[in-house]
Amino acid sequence: MYVAVKGGEQAIDNAHAWLAESRRGDVAIPELSVAQIREQMALAVGRVMAEGSLYDADLAALAIKQARGDLIEAIFLIRAYRTTLPRFGASRPVDTGAMAAIRRISATYKDLPGGQVLGPTFDYTHRLLDFALAAEGAAESPAPQAAALGPVPRVTGFLDREGLIEPEPASDAPPPDLTREPLELPASRALRLQSLARGDEGFLLSLAYSSQRGFGRTHPFVGELRIGEVMVEVEIPELGLSVAIGAITLTECETVNQFTGSKTQPAQFTRGYGLVMGQSERKAIAMSLVDRALRWQELGEEDTGAPVQDQEFVLMHADNIQATGFLEHIKLPHYVDFQSELELVRRLRAGAAQEAAE
Amino acid sequence: MSAPLPTRAEAMGLLARARPETLAELAPDLPGHTMLRAPETGAVMVQGRQGGTGAPFNLGEMTVTRCAVRLECGAIGHAWVQGRDKGHARRAAVLDALLQTDRAAELAAAILAPLAAAEAASHEAQSRRAGATRVEFFTMVRGEDE
Repeated sequence: MYVAVKGGEQAIDNAHAWLAESRRGDVAIPELSVAQIREQMALAVGRVMAEGSLYDADLAALAIKQARGDLIEAIFLIRAYRTTLPRFGASRPVDTGAMAAIRRISATYKDLPGGQVLGPTFDYTHRLLDFALAAEGAAESPAPQAAALGPVPRVTGFLDREGLIEPEPASDAPPPDLTREPLELPASRALRLQSLARGDEGFLLSLAYSSQRGFGRTHPFVGELRIGEVMVEVEIPELGLSVAIGAITLTECETVNQFTGSKTQPAQFTRGYGLVMGQSERKAIAMSLVDRALRWQELGEEDTGAPVQDQEFVLMHADNIQATGFLEHIKLPHYVDFQSELELVRRLRAGAAQEAAE
Repeated sequence: MSAPLPTRAEAMGLLARARPETLAELAPDLPGHTMLRAPETGAVMVQGRQGGTGAPFNLGEMTVTRCAVRLECGAIGHAWVQGRDKGHARRAAVLDALLQTDRAAELAAAILAPLAAAEAASHEAQSRRAGATRVEFFTMVRGEDE
């Protein structure tokens, strides 16, 4: 229960002034610019865009600066900002097959058309602190260049051509939008994917990990993981023309999972899908595992009672802004609630003492 | 010999995807125009497809700024550009209008061609950096090398 509480205005003003001073830190150290954050903290910027559900690198960098590096606070700022924007419309569905890939790997085929392309990855680094980075001003040498990539066709396309993986039914039906209507359960796969794409990376990581450890059955192979820019095409209503108005970086993961099949239908691999704004393969892989686990019903699998199979558990707890809002509200004044409980405990204790005395 | 003019959609895309500073350098002076729709920032919902190729779903929004102008000659120009740069949207709309006039060929050569070349060069460089990280297995040939 909330109660109107007055007072504390001066304390709040002073707290915010101190927050601003603390944000700046030691003034003898040069101040960070938004452009520096955008360029040099690009993966944090990507996470804020993905979970803020608004692709704008400058805004995400500004939010990180304002939030003193607290990414969930930064995501909160972006979510609040995006509600102020008029919605101009929807893009055409992006074509991730035509992505200008900077990274593309497959764990299912060693040799595949287009090749294994590592891109700017942390993989194969030794995770040793690089003290050279502590010395400022050292210019990095430019990345080596070689023959440009050719086309990088989809790995699931190879399996699909042989009928070895469940087909992905094509459609152009306008998808439901959870920013417009409240989430209702059971949710369609389109709604689940929207919810997961903006869901908390840590929560999805833990859920996906739980499914690998045996809470729910996923037996995934990473068929393909790709990162790069895709064009965003929008139809300009005044002209009826579709224009590629910009490009965004996405991370896509397609998993290949164990089979379904029956007497009438031969065995086929099944799909899990992850697509995330920015460069975040941890989240894209986690999302594809969770997507696959949530599909148990449509694939005729048993409910093992695992959290990752439970739509309500997953979808109602994946949003870190909802979660932090509810969690943190308990630090705000609850004086009256507490008074009533305090009174109750006193009464109970008094009753018990009286009984003992009698 | 001259290359065919880009279509209006291609031209609008090149103007939208150009860096605002680059566009301002290429077209510093804009002719007189009136605003049909002053530059306005909003959001476009970006859609993906389930499994990459299936039914659409909403991935998340991106910021977009749009603008519409009319030149003194009556030509009308539109722009939708990614981001929140109102000057960029206005310049792109004026140039879109100019490309509907008899100056189209001249402007295509002076502005669109360098933008297309810069974009192609940037994609090429990125693709070459990616190419340098392609794994070369010693025991096998890749599919495309057959």
